[in-house]
Amino acid sequence: MAEEMRIVLRNYGKIDPLKIDDYLAQGGYKSLEKARAMNTADLIAEVKKSNLRGRGGAGFNCGMKWSFAAGAQAEQKYVICNADEGEPGTYKDRLIMENDPHTLIEGMAICAYAIGATQGYIYLRGEYPFLVSTLNTAINQAKEKGLVKDFDIEVRSGAGAYVCGEETALIESIEGKRGEPRFKPPYPPSEGLWSKPTIVNNVETFANIPVIIEKGADWYAGIGNPAYPGTKVFTLTGDINNRTFFEVPTSTTIREIVFQFGGGIPGGKKFKAVQIGGTSGAFIPEALLDTPVAFDSMSAIGATLGSGATFVIDESRDIVDVATRIAGFFEHESCGKCAPCREGTARTAELMEKINEGRGSNKDVALLEKLGTVMSYSCLCGLGQAAPAPVLTTIKHFKADYEAKFV
Amino acid sequence: MDYKEIIARYDGKVGGIIEAYHALLREFSYLPEEAIAEAARVFKLSTAEAYGIATFYSMFSVEARGKNVVRICESAPCHVAGAADVVAALERELGIKMGESTADGKFALEFTECVGQCQATPVITINGKPYLDVSPAQIPAIIAEYK
Repeated sequence: MAEEMRIVLRNYGKIDPLKIDDYLAQGGYKSLEKARAMNTADLIAEVKKSNLRGRGGAGFNCGMKWSFAAGAQAEQKYVICNADEGEPGTYKDRLIMENDPHTLIEGMAICAYAIGATQGYIYLRGEYPFLVSTLNTAINQAKEKGLVKDFDIEVRSGAGAYVCGEETALIESIEGKRGEPRFKPPYPPSEGLWSKPTIVNNVETFANIPVIIEKGADWYAGIGNPAYPGTKVFTLTGDINNRTFFEVPTSTTIREIVFQFGGGIPGGKKFKAVQIGGTSGAFIPEALLDTPVAFDSMSAIGATLGSGATFVIDESRDIVDVATRIAGFFEHESCGKCAPCREGTARTAELMEKINEGRGSNKDVALLEKLGTVMSYSCLCGLGQAAPAPVLTTIKHFKADYEAKFV
Repeated sequence: MDYKEIIARYDGKVGGIIEAYHALLREFSYLPEEAIAEAARVFKLSTAEAYGIATFYSMFSVEARGKNVVRICESAPCHVAGAADVVAALERELGIKMGESTADGKFALEFTECVGQCQATPVITINGKPYLDVSPAQIPAIIAEYK
């Protein structure tokens, strides 16, 4: 029986987020003090050894990323928190910022010390305007107490562009431009914001940092799945009894997420599929539910962990209709910079609508498969590369549902 | 407040044009053409660039719209939770279709993608404030708050 384990949500419900003294009483900012007593190479080595991997979706080793920025020579470096969580069904970063903003600030300050940055930004999605004052209050409190000293943090708001969750698009947006992704390399740790070395980490990633410093890399590396240790926050939506959130070790299986924590399907209906990681995630059938949620285990079944959003649909749902709706989402959110995504998402949506309206055939399904495969390796950024996944995986696992739509 | 005064407050903030646009939106609910031209001047961009930024982000509108922006999430979690019924209730209550504004200039009705409140679907927002677990029956009372 899997059990919940709270690391990033450790202070949830225990503190008043607007009172720094509450955070301090829980041992807050002690890790920053500890980190500052270490030399930066040892600090980065510790984070690397914890094997903390980015919680934003790409799963890159966090300490490794930091080491690239630390090694870069520049008079100015930046730390950015990616708080642009736009994956439908995801609200984990809001939970952290709303309930424990100081854990994010402390994590960012530790990173700033490690890489030698004096300026930080929190890129907050435009849909969370009510969090601007929460974050600014916390930042000012930490400043007044002299805790973050030579590190400034500014909150910048997004304005409703899903693609800005991609780190280089996010950087463009902070620079005051259209949020279009950049060609990589160079990667942000060498050339990021205003061409300076920049670390972009997700809210959940930063929230892990103070605990790793407090309890040590070995402790953290021993939790959950060894290749992707620690915990992950999941948010459950759709046809599920418990529409809620929880934080579990990464060795937890999808079945446990849906049936144990989620409480199964309401109304005595049967499970049909679950989509994990957000709207770009794969649809997973019953037969694969015993897969652990860890990053690589999910990759092995052609799925992703992504943001941890978990969208469940029961047997009564029309999965082709749901996938058609998602195809429309990507057509809308494609930024248009690269042709494979701009055209690909539009043609995918067109073909899906055709099939969904009962005008399609096996030929259209074959076209979708071909187009999706090409997009997955030819699109400029993660948006276009991941966009075909819901279509491709529903074709793969629920082919009969497509065939039932044919004329 | 005058649009020039609003923009001037962000003068000197590197990359601050998006923050300036948000401030304009709070005042006018959309970005008037002359304000975009002024922002271009202040942030040393061409008018085309300033316009390009204004039209890239879905929250910004370059066309006049109702003062109170009512948005309903159409992402999958809200979709399966019955967002379509809420859309119908909103259209009925305001007497307009999605994407339109009321004749008195008080309300604009728009779709949005996920607003990150998926623990309580369906969700609508009014001027950024979320309303959770919304049912069609609640719509008249919610709208009345802004009349």
